[in-house]
Amino acid sequence: MYKNFSLTVDQDNILWIIFDKQNETVNSFSRDVLEEFNLVLDDVVARDDIVGVVIRSGKAKGFIAGADIKQLSGFTDVHDAVAFIRYGQVLFDRLQNLRLPTVALIEGFCMGGGLEMSLACRYRVARDTDDTKIGLPEVMLGIHPGWGGTVRLPLLIGAPMAMDLMLSGRSISAKAAKKMGVVDAAVPARECEKAARYYILKRPSAHYPGVLGSLTNSFLVRPILGNILRKKVSAKASPNHYPAPFAMIDNWVRHGVSNHDEAMITEANSIGELLLTPTPKNLIRVFNLSEKMKGLAKDVSFKPKHIHVIGAGVMGGDIAIWCALRGMTVTLEDREAKFLSASLVRAQLLFKKKLKDRMKVRMAMDRLIPDVAGDGAKKADVIIEAIFENLEAKQHLFQRLEKEARPDAVLASNTSSIPLDEISVAMTSPERLVGIHFFNPVDKMPLVEVVKSDKTNPEVVKKALAFVVKISRQPIEVKSSPGFLVNRVLTPYLMESMALLEEGVPASVIDKVAVKFGMPMGPVELADTVGLDICLSVAKNLSKYHHSTIPERLVQMVEAGQLGRKSGHGFYMYKNGKRVKEKLKTTPTLDAETIEHRLIGRMLNEAVACLREHVIDDQDLLDAGMIFGTGFAPFTGGPLNYARTVGVDKIIAWLRELEIRYGERFTPDAGWSEL
Amino acid sequence: MMKSVYIVDGRRTAFLKSGKPGYFYASDLAVNAGRALLKSLPITASDIDEVILGCAMPTEIEANIARIAALRLGCKESTPAYTVHRNCASGMQALDGAFEDIKLGRHNLILAGGTEVMSRAPVMFNEKMVCFLADLAGAKTFGKKLKVMMRFKFSFLKPIIALLCGLTDPINGLSMGQTAENVAQKFKISRQEMDEFSVESHQRLAKAYTEKNMGEVVPLYDDKGKLFESDTGLRPDSSVEKLGKLKPFFDKKFGDVTPGNSSQVTDGSALLLLASAEAVKRHNLPVIAKVIDIEWAGCDPAFMGLGPVYASTPLLKRNNLTLNDIDYWEINEAFAAQVLGCVKAWENDEFCRKELGLEKAFGSINRAKLNVDGGAIALGHPIGASGARIVLHLSKVLRRNNARFGVATICIGGGQGGAVLIENVDRVGAE
Repeated sequence: MYKNFSLTVDQDNILWIIFDKQNETVNSFSRDVLEEFNLVLDDVVARDDIVGVVIRSGKAKGFIAGADIKQLSGFTDVHDAVAFIRYGQVLFDRLQNLRLPTVALIEGFCMGGGLEMSLACRYRVARDTDDTKIGLPEVMLGIHPGWGGTVRLPLLIGAPMAMDLMLSGRSISAKAAKKMGVVDAAVPARECEKAARYYILKRPSAHYPGVLGSLTNSFLVRPILGNILRKKVSAKASPNHYPAPFAMIDNWVRHGVSNHDEAMITEANSIGELLLTPTPKNLIRVFNLSEKMKGLAKDVSFKPKHIHVIGAGVMGGDIAIWCALRGMTVTLEDREAKFLSASLVRAQLLFKKKLKDRMKVRMAMDRLIPDVAGDGAKKADVIIEAIFENLEAKQHLFQRLEKEARPDAVLASNTSSIPLDEISVAMTSPERLVGIHFFNPVDKMPLVEVVKSDKTNPEVVKKALAFVVKISRQPIEVKSSPGFLVNRVLTPYLMESMALLEEGVPASVIDKVAVKFGMPMGPVELADTVGLDICLSVAKNLSKYHHSTIPERLVQMVEAGQLGRKSGHGFYMYKNGKRVKEKLKTTPTLDAETIEHRLIGRMLNEAVACLREHVIDDQDLLDAGMIFGTGFAPFTGGPLNYARTVGVDKIIAWLRELEIRYGERFTPDAGWSEL
Repeated sequence: MMKSVYIVDGRRTAFLKSGKPGYFYASDLAVNAGRALLKSLPITASDIDEVILGCAMPTEIEANIARIAALRLGCKESTPAYTVHRNCASGMQALDGAFEDIKLGRHNLILAGGTEVMSRAPVMFNEKMVCFLADLAGAKTFGKKLKVMMRFKFSFLKPIIALLCGLTDPINGLSMGQTAENVAQKFKISRQEMDEFSVESHQRLAKAYTEKNMGEVVPLYDDKGKLFESDTGLRPDSSVEKLGKLKPFFDKKFGDVTPGNSSQVTDGSALLLLASAEAVKRHNLPVIAKVIDIEWAGCDPAFMGLGPVYASTPLLKRNNLTLNDIDYWEINEAFAAQVLGCVKAWENDEFCRKELGLEKAFGSINRAKLNVDGGAIALGHPIGASGARIVLHLSKVLRRNNARFGVATICIGGGQGGAVLIENVDRVGAE
């Protein structure tokens, strides 16, 4: 008897190994599971009455999620890490070397170590349903596949496709996997068992990538392809921040895949070293934080089905579109029918991109209902206001909504600048109002700030969190104070970049420093992308409360209609939405380190101020908020984690130094002492 | 004990004049009307017991449109749905299906109406081309294929246009317009009268829109974001002079029936929610009218435009009502000649005696009570939807004018008529 596996033999003498990890809802490979799987293989080898082995999941959800992430992030010694990796490698080699035919029956997700085990089987059959996702996402955690994935996958389907899958970390559908050769068959649920049986009993030859595919792994091709891959990856990630993909390419170029043992040992040593670097530790932390955010509303029974959105501008429209995409019935209200057109067109585009299937697109469009009459407000579970930022208009609207809405409906504002209490003074039940603040563009920004004031009923906050999770976004709970968390912390950083500009530091130099630090985009380009008019209004709003100054140039540019990317002219010039690269004429007047300290220092200082003022209470979620809301260098683990890594004293010392040179905007916040 | 049947409310799409196939399929239009109706009511699609739609020219990819619309609207998988075909009265037949099911107590809440996308009526290969293609597919060797190909003639490419076939009587070969010419000739209706009636139809519809009396119209958006807020066939600037310039379309040389005094070929959908008293109470639903009775009748296919007379007369008699008891009429405007013909038929002693078994003329209908907000000549006649549209609009007209009884009646290609008698009530009575 096994704890995590059960074995049955069917009428055709096929052995079915059912993987059902004890006390867990999904299957993953931890040390003890691997050890037990080894015993299972002993069992298999000892039997002479079976003709083949099928491995499938006993869980309601998914096949195998991969290696146990907790164990991966726990290593402090390289030898321990390598030993753990080697154990799995040898085990899967054993699986591959069985004399019997083996099938991995993939029903639901099959990620990382799960796919690596499947690759060690002779055949793979995948259930062709929406929930079947197949991939090797290790790079997203700062490592690369370690149980033979980097060796077996290129061998199976050729290097170009295999490397693309592993370097991007993306997961693919059953159909796509069949097309690429990752699986031998993608079949509907009703055919899964029949297909698995077919491969065992008929024993067709295993998948082969063809002569051309095989040639991609030859020593002549590897260096050339390796260079192309390095170039491609460099465009997206720097080797200093993300060494794993580069290590993966280097290993493959140097050792190839034909000498199995050599390639496997290289893989094990490489990942062993990576596991001890800070990047995977931080990225695994970020992954765990996103799981924590998804679990924020676990105990709430609120199950919203109908969302009513008021205001079909860019934000309101995109919120409505996103909710419809995620299966909600959505009524979208605006004053006149013509104001809804643009949202419906954008919906078509996004649904086609995300859903592909014509009928699914149609169903999503059917769920997005134009509602000039505002009928939806009477029926909706969640009502989101996204009209223009005008206090009086919002007050009137919520007076109406309060009367019309169901008593149990969530009344939410997407305002980014007006304090909730100023809106709710007009309401008879101000405790009903909550903020649900999305970021633009909604389909790409996973973070949503759930904003509460002292008056907001905690039950309403919980419902709002549950709603955000339900539509697959990641919520953080923040206090209704100017700028909430993300805009508040981001604005000093943007303003500092403008101060640098005014001092004569070229935009491209500033942006380069930020990107080198690990930001996805420099602050100047970010300001242009967000829109200078929007930056100005956020800055104005914050300056009301924090007495900060607004850069003169920003005001002038907005007045002149230079609004950034959307108007073609901002701090940079744009042509068809693409930046026109200019040549640097002047030499930078300021060293890169000072620029970095000024930009990042202000952000860190503001983050600490937010913590002190209880804008957000959970330090981990502050980090998560900045990562998912602004793309703050994820490998650093977020601003507070970064400050702790560098050393709080050291940061305070930078700030003091900057304070002397540039004034009190760098005065270290009182909150540093509590960090 | 038969149950009473109430109209909760209804919506129709803006009607789009057909040209090339539009963006919308028939189920798209039904969904647009249906979801706008549902969102305005305190129920969800899952409360609906049955869906019935009329559609006379479904496209090849929309078998049983009612079922498609039901599932797209979010009705339960366990909710049955069927599609009916009674030619130009398919939408009215759907209402009758719902009427019967509620009366018999089979269901309590039924979404019924019609939808038609005439612009997508199929254009087909002719028989010669089909045989040619079959032979080509059957030829196994290249030589044989070549031999078949040699037989090709350009005449094979002459298409069959389903729309025109559908508008031709399959028994006597007359086009629908020619049956209208028959009616005009029988009751001596002049071209001038037809054109005047038609201009008035446009003017009345235009006025109804200006005075915001078309609240049941749901705007449509195509995939490019183009918005259709009202009926695209409406010509508020139509005049007798302008219509006078149009050439007869059906009896090419000597006829009087023109595209201008005929209904337009149009895409559109109209849906109503019908309910028993029990459902109205359970879901706290509004009521805009009660369906009292429905009648169907047949007549000479060559005079199909008089169908409303044959159906409405027994309907009124059975309910002990006269023409004067009816406050408002909707006679679907397939052709001006045919509506005017119906009015004249009831005024005609001989016709009423011979054809309706009455002692003398049944009476007159004042034009002020007839199609008060225009009709199919101005807004179009998507044949599957019109029968439902006139019942819906009539109920709004009765409510607006605080009137009691109304009859919505429609002529049917092939020689039939259908008529619905409704009463303006705002609450359910005791069962």
